Amino acid sequence: MNLIEVSGVHAGYGGAPILNGVDIAITAADIGVIVGPNGAGKSTTLKAIFGLLKITGGSVTFSGRAITNALPDTLVPLGLSYVPQEKNVFPSLTVNENLEMGAFVRRDDFSDSLTSVYDMFPPLKEKRKQKAGELSGGQRQMVAMGRALMSQPKLLMLDEPSAGLSPRYVLEIFDTIMRINKAGVGILMVEQNARQALAFATRGFVLAAGKNRYTGTGKELIDDPEVAKSFLGG
Amino acid sequence: MDQIIFFVNKVLVAGVVLGSIYALGAVGVTLIAGILRFSHFAHGDMMTMGAFITFLFALLASAMGIHAPVPTGFLVLPLGAAATALIALGIDKVFYAPLRRRGVASVTLLIASIGVTMMLQGLIRLFAGADTRTFFEYEPKVIYRIDLSWLGGTRPITVSQPEALMIGLVLVIVIALHLFLSRSRLGKGMRAMADNPDLAQVSGINTQLVIRITWLIAGALACVGGTMLALDVSLKPDLAFNIILPIFAAAVVGGLGQTYGAIAGGFLVGFAEELGVFDWSVFTRPLKGIAPDWLGNATNLSLVPTEYKLTVSFIILVVVLLVRPTGIFKGSET
Repeated sequence: MNLIEVSGVHAGYGGAPILNGVDIAITAADIGVIVGPNGAGKSTTLKAIFGLLKITGGSVTFSGRAITNALPDTLVPLGLSYVPQEKNVFPSLTVNENLEMGAFVRRDDFSDSLTSVYDMFPPLKEKRKQKAGELSGGQRQMVAMGRALMSQPKLLMLDEPSAGLSPRYVLEIFDTIMRINKAGVGILMVEQNARQALAFATRGFVLAAGKNRYTGTGKELIDDPEVAKSFLGG
Repeated sequence: MDQIIFFVNKVLVAGVVLGSIYALGAVGVTLIAGILRFSHFAHGDMMTMGAFITFLFALLASAMGIHAPVPTGFLVLPLGAAATALIALGIDKVFYAPLRRRGVASVTLLIASIGVTMMLQGLIRLFAGADTRTFFEYEPKVIYRIDLSWLGGTRPITVSQPEALMIGLVLVIVIALHLFLSRSRLGKGMRAMADNPDLAQVSGINTQLVIRITWLIAGALACVGGTMLALDVSLKPDLAFNIILPIFAAAVVGGLGQTYGAIAGGFLVGFAEELGVFDWSVFTRPLKGIAPDWLGNATNLSLVPTEYKLTVSFIILVVVLLVRPTGIFKGSET
């Protein structure tokens, strides 16, 4: 069964519509990657799913439940988590407090999740009492992902997790994403490093002008000469 | 020795008292600025309103024949603070929340708060009249005198009982606030929301609940600050409207949105004002004949005349905005 199904979604910020019928469907075992040129509506798609902008047409279902235009604080308890591209940590809170904020919706004991996040990102463990704003870009990205994992999501949505990171960190972050997926969390991410990301994606979505242009497995898209020529830089 | 005692009375004691009042107001202003992103101009009148509500409770308590070794106003302060907190919540629901839902700019909220200022002032005058009142009409104000004759002083250090109680209470409040913000789930959520409201929403933090808690805390502290001021001097309808400038100066100096900054800023502004109006000639008078005439014979060597006390906070505000607009604790840009 599909974990999330986005069908024919139209959305915009009041002015001209940005999404003109986006279709996305992935299962809990998938790593879905959305690629496409600037302004194609990649990030907007994630924001629309997460209730951060108004969907004017189409529908979104999560585990068979309609969540079109639901608000973030109702989505997090359902098992959706979202890591924005920028400003994705609380700078004046410590690393540990940032992670606790990810578990805000949980009223149970979340120390297990805390341990597993620190196991996944060992550098954070020594910096747990340090303010997140003082960390390097790569470590901040770890805090952001760790925060999103604290609510024990079924689907983790990441907006350009590799943006602004050095090549060494990019590989590390992609590796971590694969490990999170293996632990049973569905991934839906937007990536600028299209070729690299599609290489490990099980589902790929090429958007252009707010619509799906190509959909397939990551490998199919990379091997498609049309996609390679127009969207992956040849 | 007497000169030092004079200095302690005029600057240290008065500075701590004034600083506490400013800090209590500035914490509310800074919390609202951090969470709701606007300058709450009606905060001074919320303090006045809190003082009047406490005054009502005090009258009621005296009428019922309740007496305690502490001022009645202090005894009923928890009731006043609770009532003011609830009214603050109501004011937000009726006036600010509808504007927020429409996504107005923060300057619109600021102007709405000026409207609330006028409304509160009008309501206070309507119900309580324009007279000056005192909490100590039916009971004496106890003054503690710390005798320092063994040190060679002829005058004592004087602290009034309400001042001493309030200084203790402010200490308790600061510690409680610190524990709330650093230990509790909601307190951390509040700091998170002040840090990054979008991410707070995305993390599933109940932002509406955080907003309600913010008003409850701001309202309760406003009442304590207003009552403290009324116990220290007197109760009048423009009681705290007159100190809204130093309160904002304290919040800005500390960095808008920074709670600890607001507390530090409150004391800084309070001490600066008392130092500014302190008459240094008590120290130079003994030098008569030794020092040049303008120093030894001076009758008043204060930096600012007492009536212009507010200038001190105005200067601090302007200098901070020019030199370090984010405040000493690095809050949001003002």
